[in-house]
Amino acid sequence: MNLTLKIWRQKNPSTKGEMKTYPVSDISEDMSFLEMMDVLNEELITKGEEPVAFDHDCREGICGSCSMYINGEPHGPDRGVATCQLHMRKFKDGDTIHIEPWRANAFPVLKDLVVDRSSFDRIIQAGGYVSVNTSGNSQDANSIPIPKENADLAFDAATCIGCGACVAACKNASAMLFVSAKVSQLSLLPQGRVEAKDRVLSMIDQMDDEGFGNCTNTGACAIECPKEISLDNIARMNREFLSASISK
Amino acid sequence: MSTLDSKIPEGPIADKWTNHKNHIDVVNPANKRLIDVIVVGSGLAGASASASLAEMGYNVKTFCFQDSPRRAHSIAAQGGINAAKNYQNDGDSTFRLFYDTVKGGDYRSREANVYRLAEVSASIIDQCVAQGVPFAREYGGLLDNRSFGGVLVSRTFYAKGQTGQQLLLGAYSAMSRQINKGKVTMYNRHEMQDLVLVDGKARGIIARNLVTGELERHSAHAVVLATGGYGNVFYLSTNAMGSNVTAAWRAHRRGAYFANPCYTQIHPTCIPRSGDYQSKLTLMSESLRNDGRIWVPKHHKDVEAIRSGKLKPTDLKEDDRDYYLERRYPAFGNLVPRDVASRAAKERCDAGFGVNKTGEAVYLDFSAAIMRYGSEKAHTSHIQNPSNDQIRELGEKVIEGKYGNLFQMYEKITDDNPYKTPMMIYPAVHYTMGGLWVDYNLMTTIPGCYAAGEANFSDHGANRLGASALMQGLADGYFVLPYTIGDFLASDIRTGKISTDSKEFEEAEKDVKSRLESLINNKGSKSVDHFHKRLGKVMWDKAGMARDTKGLQEAMAEIKEIREEFYKDVFVPGSVDEFNPELEKATRVADFLELGELFAKDALDRNESCGGHFREESQTEEGEAKRDDVNFAFVSAWEWTGNPSESVLHKEDLKFENIELKQRSYK
Repeated sequence: MNLTLKIWRQKNPSTKGEMKTYPVSDISEDMSFLEMMDVLNEELITKGEEPVAFDHDCREGICGSCSMYINGEPHGPDRGVATCQLHMRKFKDGDTIHIEPWRANAFPVLKDLVVDRSSFDRIIQAGGYVSVNTSGNSQDANSIPIPKENADLAFDAATCIGCGACVAACKNASAMLFVSAKVSQLSLLPQGRVEAKDRVLSMIDQMDDEGFGNCTNTGACAIECPKEISLDNIARMNREFLSASISK
Repeated sequence: MSTLDSKIPEGPIADKWTNHKNHIDVVNPANKRLIDVIVVGSGLAGASASASLAEMGYNVKTFCFQDSPRRAHSIAAQGGINAAKNYQNDGDSTFRLFYDTVKGGDYRSREANVYRLAEVSASIIDQCVAQGVPFAREYGGLLDNRSFGGVLVSRTFYAKGQTGQQLLLGAYSAMSRQINKGKVTMYNRHEMQDLVLVDGKARGIIARNLVTGELERHSAHAVVLATGGYGNVFYLSTNAMGSNVTAAWRAHRRGAYFANPCYTQIHPTCIPRSGDYQSKLTLMSESLRNDGRIWVPKHHKDVEAIRSGKLKPTDLKEDDRDYYLERRYPAFGNLVPRDVASRAAKERCDAGFGVNKTGEAVYLDFSAAIMRYGSEKAHTSHIQNPSNDQIRELGEKVIEGKYGNLFQMYEKITDDNPYKTPMMIYPAVHYTMGGLWVDYNLMTTIPGCYAAGEANFSDHGANRLGASALMQGLADGYFVLPYTIGDFLASDIRTGKISTDSKEFEEAEKDVKSRLESLINNKGSKSVDHFHKRLGKVMWDKAGMARDTKGLQEAMAEIKEIREEFYKDVFVPGSVDEFNPELEKATRVADFLELGELFAKDALDRNESCGGHFREESQTEEGEAKRDDVNFAFVSAWEWTGNPSESVLHKEDLKFENIELKQRSYK
């Protein structure tokens, strides 16, 4: 198929960017979206032009690197997939496709479609862990039974890949789904309960410091999330936050 | 020239690690604060080593090329992690895990290292649960296990099909805690370009800031390389796009021996290539072979009809199908080990029976299992005289319960419904057992330079068992390296900070700078990918699943040619001092172009079949792999001398004192 791509080009963080138009032809519907981008880049390189920079690595939907805002949706029109798992059969011959980076103050653009998501790392560093040393002398793994239901809910929250689609989807650029996924995972497990209060308070402090917006329960984050992380996690975090704030 | 001293401790195998730990020099906590350690790579081995070293008191600097340490490719591991916990009471033990791993590695690993791995395996599970890793559990609240990869006990812990992700996020969180304390300084989007040696010891690295393009000098008293495997030398593999050999290769060029480069694991069940634009391959868990039957058509005319879309595979009669694994290996059938299944698929496709348009695919068919499960279900649900459609529907539900997420992933990628039509699969490069040579302390032949995880060679021999890679990465990082590194660092308590103003740093930086500039200024006519694809094709055709003398000699010559052409005609757009993904690729492919030749040389030298390495010249009358313990029970450790074809071989003889060597058979 033949397509028209309108892509955000920006040389570096300090220059102004703009949308530029690129036609691509002979695209197979079996290609992944990123392979289509490879074809475009190969053409640009052959012409001696600069290829489009974008983040990508595992290309199987688990590393969370890829981050394209396609036709107004993070990761494009398919559900439950990251950009790398989106295939060209979701588009039609003759389509025009708009491709932009994640847009959020807390995710500054570095180049073209590449943004800086280190704010997510700093939120985890503020408390997204259990304070246990890696001595190998911790108690036996089976010494605390955990109800299967809680373990499964914790797992579902823990499948977050930290891509930032929730932030990109949100009109407030809120990171509540990301933060609540980690808060939920650890608050549902006895190992994480011990520090639950401090954790939720410090992670939310850090989230605010990074410049993410607040949650107004629109739910776009959960719709666009490639791992389909549930809004329940935000509710759980709000409860944790409230009770931690009162009892502080 | 250094000699190979593996430093295996004395004493019975079960006591070696304890004795060794008791005699390692310990650095006192006050002095640890005076010592810096660099860790390159933030996967399971790198993140866990960073966390542990920082907890012990060392100042750690950790580097990753991705935008966050959480993205390292360990995250993509699906199946699980082995540990000799014996929770299932099925007779598992440290010795049994040790035995299975040595045998699975086709007797080409070092006994003492593997025993230690088995010994610390149980602590890994304790550690991860304490960190909040949500492993699968049973209804009683205890941890669940499954069996994996042809062993006789159930010792694999898992978190659905995302075990690697959960373990990596555990290690990432442990490291994040140390970053918060200021004990680990994290350098995202930084790539190591060279290792710096001062007085013969590894004392730092030159790293490129991938955002600004700046070269940075970082010094330390020791350098740990946890940079993963080199499967991307084949261009197409299940590795991430950025996975590369550069850090290990740069250390190799500075004096670290490279061990067993030819040992590659080619996984039998991956989604086939769909065209020349293909950028990477996706694995489908090997557990699918429990219920899927592998076949191709018996006759070429049916192959043609299927390829041109005139015939559907489901319409082909049973008699016209060739279930080649069941035919060749009646005892093991579809459950032969990975290397055997991979070679058999290649044999059929080479003979012209491949079922997709590229000719490189075989069927993995679940219809028999669907009907079998369906009949059972109808029986237990007391449905009288069920119709075929009813049985099929019931059976599909059972299959969905077992493999639902894999079937969905397959459908997303191929747009085929594997419940209705057979899956198409083909082998793909997955893991590299070879890597930097290390002694028992995980130190390379460069004093102060360590290698951990897939980057070293030590634990998997010639073939890795399923669910062992995660175990090794975390064992090295959490429990082995943080102790053994003390042996080297104990003599450094009075050294003081290592200056980056020395001539060694200056020269290394100059080297890197001129290498990068020559790539940018080359102004050739072909992209980096052009050369990478050509290298990959030579590797796959001539150093892939089956190798012979002629092919390997040709591979060496062809890779050399591609390399020379690369330096003449590669085009790298942009400049050195900016965010430049093409330049990153170019530096990585340049190193693959050297490694590839050494890989072929190593394969040529090893005139035996073992594990993932099948030499046509070394097979039994039935066409099965034939190992040669008399002549090849050694580790090949290659020393760089300025040109891959002239690398010098050093041998570490492998002694088996606890396990008897046997030939594998699956007939």
